[in-house]
Amino acid sequence: MKFTLCVWRQLNSDEPGSMVSYEVDGVSEDMSFLEVLDLLNENLVVRGEEPIAFDHDCREGICGMCALVINGVPHGPEPVTTACQLHMRKFTDGQTITVEPWRAAAFPVIRDLVVDRRSLDRVIQAGGFVSVNTGSAPDANALPISKDAADRAFEAAACIGCGACVAACPNASASLFVAAKVAQFAALPQGQPERLQRAIHLVEAMDREGFGGCTNHYECEAVCPKGIPVSFIAHLNRDFLKAALMSREVRDVPPAVEAEE
Amino acid sequence: MIRLVRLFSTSVGDKLIVALTGGALLVFLLGHMLGNMTVFQGPDSLNGYAAWLQGHPLVWFFRFGLVAVFVAHVLVTVRLTKANRRARPVRYSRRVARQMSFTSRYMVLSGLVVMSFLAFHLLHLTFGVIQPEIYQLEDSQQRHDVYAMVVSGFRNPWIAGSYVLSILLLGLHLIHGAASLFQTLGINHESYTVLIRYGVYLLVTGIVLGYCSIPLLIFSGTVSLEGG
Ligand code: HEM
Ligand code: FES
Repeated sequence: MKFTLCVWRQLNSDEPGSMVSYEVDGVSEDMSFLEVLDLLNENLVVRGEEPIAFDHDCREGICGMCALVINGVPHGPEPVTTACQLHMRKFTDGQTITVEPWRAAAFPVIRDLVVDRRSLDRVIQAGGFVSVNTGSAPDANALPISKDAADRAFEAAACIGCGACVAACPNASASLFVAAKVAQFAALPQGQPERLQRAIHLVEAMDREGFGGCTNHYECEAVCPKGIPVSFIAHLNRDFLKAALMSREVRDVPPAVEAEE
Repeated sequence: MIRLVRLFSTSVGDKLIVALTGGALLVFLLGHMLGNMTVFQGPDSLNGYAAWLQGHPLVWFFRFGLVAVFVAHVLVTVRLTKANRRARPVRYSRRVARQMSFTSRYMVLSGLVVMSFLAFHLLHLTFGVIQPEIYQLEDSQQRHDVYAMVVSGFRNPWIAGSYVLSILLLGLHLIHGAASLFQTLGINHESYTVLIRYGVYLLVTGIVLGYCSIPLLIFSGTVSLEGG
């Protein structure tokens, strides 16, 4: 197969970027989309040009590192599939394919297709966890959890934090991400003590990082590689409303600790 | 109090305000529609209804409340829209929407249409600026002849047409708005998704048909100055 790739090239966050066209030949339909970028990069290196920088790690759809807007859709045309798991047989030979980075104020471009997604980490640091004492593992059934609750928590916990929801949202909102975290812990007994505070802290952190708000377009749900539904956003709204009206304290969250570079 | 202000200034809090004010406006729209439909019962009904409203001890309370709710809806929306635009400073060169609806995409636009229609409507029938000649009429009981005003007003094809068009566009705002209201207030559960979806279509169709029937039936001559 042969393709024309139209790729966003940007040297660093200060330089302006632009779309650049490349021809790639000899693509097998069994290749993943990332392997096509690998192939193109090998050609670029041979020609003495700078290879295209892009994020990836596991290449099996679980780490959430790959982050490409392919032909105008985050993670490409195949539903519930990460870019690394997208195969070229889903495209037609000779097609022109555009490749862009996630675009959001909260995700500044570092280089080419690589964006800085630490804003999502800082949102998590603001409250996306449960505070429990560590120690030896508790007995498996000491804390009864219904199958329904466990399934719901698991459905939300499937979020790999890739940020496709932000990339797809016309408002670059991280609502689906935040909602998944809130719903995951809210379904479980361990999440109850901090439940309402968590909703407040995550929403405030999301705003602070410069993500937009939800206006119910539901584009996030359509591109989420883990199929996380927008009903979790309704859950977030519900917990937030309850927190706003019924909980007492609002702590100020300690400033997020930057990870070592 | 400070805490409430802080929480209702977040993106989710703002959305809750938009939903609550939007819901209140929706209730008003329904009530206003039912009241207006007394026009079909003839001059006496509509003029009596109008006189009762004017003389109601709480009329100013409701007027101020309505204005406050409307202003809050618009101002908070403006704040949200600004923040949302800021969140995506660089646009995609190619972006294909997957399931975003036409109505959700044009909420600001349809909202602005509603706002300009509202201004026009108030100037027309509340302040009598647009057709002053029909505004000063009185009926046999010395009440403001709202019936004659409305019926003569909608005889004009431009007036009737612009009302119908505006109501249709308001319907677009309401289709997304009414469905969003549930999601924003946290009501989303697979066992009543279908109920909400079709309930919203039914409600909005009812509102649009109810309001449009007035100018349409008057313009077509079904409802005339003599009543009935
Ligand atoms: C009779 C008048 C109006 C009614 C009944 C109404 C109703 C609603 C409702 C129910 C919502 C949904 C709230 C939610 O998302 O949960 C909404 C949203 C919205 N309204 Fe209105 N509205 C009216 C007038 C206006 C006006 C004059 C504007 C002018 C700017 C406006 C702009 C918006 C926008 C932009 C949204 C979308 C917010 C979002 O998607 O997050 N509305 N409206
Ligand atoms: S590279 Fe790990 S999810 Fe795609």
